[in-house]
Amino acid sequence: MSSDHIQPRRKRSRDWTPALLLSPAFLVLIFVVLVPLLFSLYTSFTNYRLIRPETLYDWIGIRNYQRIFSDKHFWSAFGRTIVFLTIALNLEFILGLGIALLINRITWGQRTLRTIMMFPMMFSPILVGYQFKFIFNDNIGILNNALQDLGLSDGAIAWLVDKPLGMFTIIFAEVWMSTSVFAILLLAGLFAMPRDPLEAAKVDGCNPWQVFRHITLPFLMPFAFIAMTIRSLDVARAYDIVDVMTGGGPAGRTELLWTMIARVGYDNSRMGQANAMAYVSIMLSIAFTYYFFTKLIAARKYMGGAE
Amino acid sequence: MADIQLNNVTKNYGKLEVVHGINLDIEHNEFVVLVGPSGCGKSTTLRMIAGLEEITGGEISIGGRVVNDLAPRKRDISMVFQNYALYPHMTVRENLGFGLKIAKQSKDIIEQRVNEAAAILSIEDLMDRTPAELSGGQRQRVAMGRAIVRHPQVFLFDEPLSNLDAKLRVQMRTEIKRLHQKVKTTIVYVTHDQVEAMTLADRIVVMKDGHIVQVGAPLDVFERPVDTFVASFIGSPPMNLIPGEIALQDGRLHVVFQAENTMPVPRDLADKVVEGQKVIFGFRADDMMPKAHSLPILGEAYDLRLAVDIAEPLGTETLLFSTFSGADIQTKMFNPRRVEPGEVMDFNCALDKTHLFDAQTGKSLRG
Repeated sequence: MSSDHIQPRRKRSRDWTPALLLSPAFLVLIFVVLVPLLFSLYTSFTNYRLIRPETLYDWIGIRNYQRIFSDKHFWSAFGRTIVFLTIALNLEFILGLGIALLINRITWGQRTLRTIMMFPMMFSPILVGYQFKFIFNDNIGILNNALQDLGLSDGAIAWLVDKPLGMFTIIFAEVWMSTSVFAILLLAGLFAMPRDPLEAAKVDGCNPWQVFRHITLPFLMPFAFIAMTIRSLDVARAYDIVDVMTGGGPAGRTELLWTMIARVGYDNSRMGQANAMAYVSIMLSIAFTYYFFTKLIAARKYMGGAE
Repeated sequence: MADIQLNNVTKNYGKLEVVHGINLDIEHNEFVVLVGPSGCGKSTTLRMIAGLEEITGGEISIGGRVVNDLAPRKRDISMVFQNYALYPHMTVRENLGFGLKIAKQSKDIIEQRVNEAAAILSIEDLMDRTPAELSGGQRQRVAMGRAIVRHPQVFLFDEPLSNLDAKLRVQMRTEIKRLHQKVKTTIVYVTHDQVEAMTLADRIVVMKDGHIVQVGAPLDVFERPVDTFVASFIGSPPMNLIPGEIALQDGRLHVVFQAENTMPVPRDLADKVVEGQKVIFGFRADDMMPKAHSLPILGEAYDLRLAVDIAEPLGTETLLFSTFSGADIQTKMFNPRRVEPGEVMDFNCALDKTHLFDAQTGKSLRG
């Protein structure tokens, strides 16, 4: 008799249990990701200004997008971000590959060196930015000081101000900070690499360069593409280092997408327009991620890793 | 012509010497198998011939040219590895042609040679697959194909069959032998499996603890092992070895075992032993069989009775397990009949085919 009472309750609870257990995750996703995402998408179609909340309901259609697409400052920031991304990622890949190959050959003290290699990642990007700002400062910077003492330069070089140099110093700081991400991932790849194909290639007539080119590098490419995917997202949202070192200036010479978005959104308080830019930037990131993922899957297919 | 000479070759890892002064002459087109238990230095020796390990001392020459300081790619060799070592990101066709491509051969030659090798190994259907899509046996075939296409002076095989299952191993063994008959080349083959060594080799090189123990044709090594190690390593089941002492009985030298069992010393060994000498008596399972179930015995026969503890029928023959003076021994029975456990049977021992080893050194007294 008692079982008759329990049965329906059990049945009902069984139906609801999965939904109940998943609900916290769904709630978090809805309120933390989905709502803000939709809200910012909505605001990108309004004339929303932070200091005038009532503008939140000022629907202006795609005018924000029209404005930024016809703004040549936006396009130069967009282009600069792509250039920054391309140069930084490639430099970090090449340097990281070199470091990984060298560390892989060390037999004594490798662990210590691996730890030391990670040091740059332990600092906040803001602090790295300050550090390089003072190293590259034209009056009191240690670099100019050294160049002048060595007699390599007679004047003060305006590292953070001159047109190509400003970008160069920011890339330099970025590369300094993040090359170890590539190095550590590629090193993991080298550790996982089977030795037999390398020896087979040696016997097959390859010189050391050919072994690297035809065997080692193809094996490492999946690892490189994983690093590229992660890093492309990181670099595409670069803000802190740039803001600290140059603030996107002078005269917008080092302006990247996110420094521009932050300035338009917070300094000029045109949040609607800033959100429109942010959506373009997200599209750029998605494009890069998609590109690297395609490459990754193609590279992994041959290794027998995927599918 | 590609003969290989090893002159007093040694290999050290740090202070540890693992190969102690090996001397070996391998003739042109000869199939030589290095065999021994793991850690005996056979793979290291092969890798020194390949150039994948540095030679610490001595000299290796291939085709009359000293190769000590030559990189592997300049030695004109190819090698088949235990784990196949195929290039995972290339198709079978690319794997086969890779060595030729590196050697900057023309496309026509590459295609012709690759197709030729594919035909020899019947892997034409697999040409566009990647190694991940192949079975173990197919990978092994591709690995051999990759070795063939370059027409090298020397083939090196490093335990190529040990990752395959038993049936495939037997099949591939035959194919390797067939391959050697088709593609006449010097082959150095490393294995820990004495059956592979016996079946494949023109000459077997038995190694132990970094030394060469015996070199010879398979049957020579089988019939005339130089010491107890070779006697128990080569041949299946291993040779029965029973310790005893030489004594004079009824005017003839006998080996006296524990529990007062005896066995006459074979006539051709009578002048090699003295009374009181400690020896190890050895005989193969085929040389001690129950009467009416044995092969015809050449030379002197000796009769004895043995209780059979266990019988393992294999079809054409049955393996019999007994205890003889404290030693476990295996004998064989042809035209088998059912044997009850504990049954006492009359055996014939082919005395002239038995062996005597010095108890201290383990060396054969046949000299």
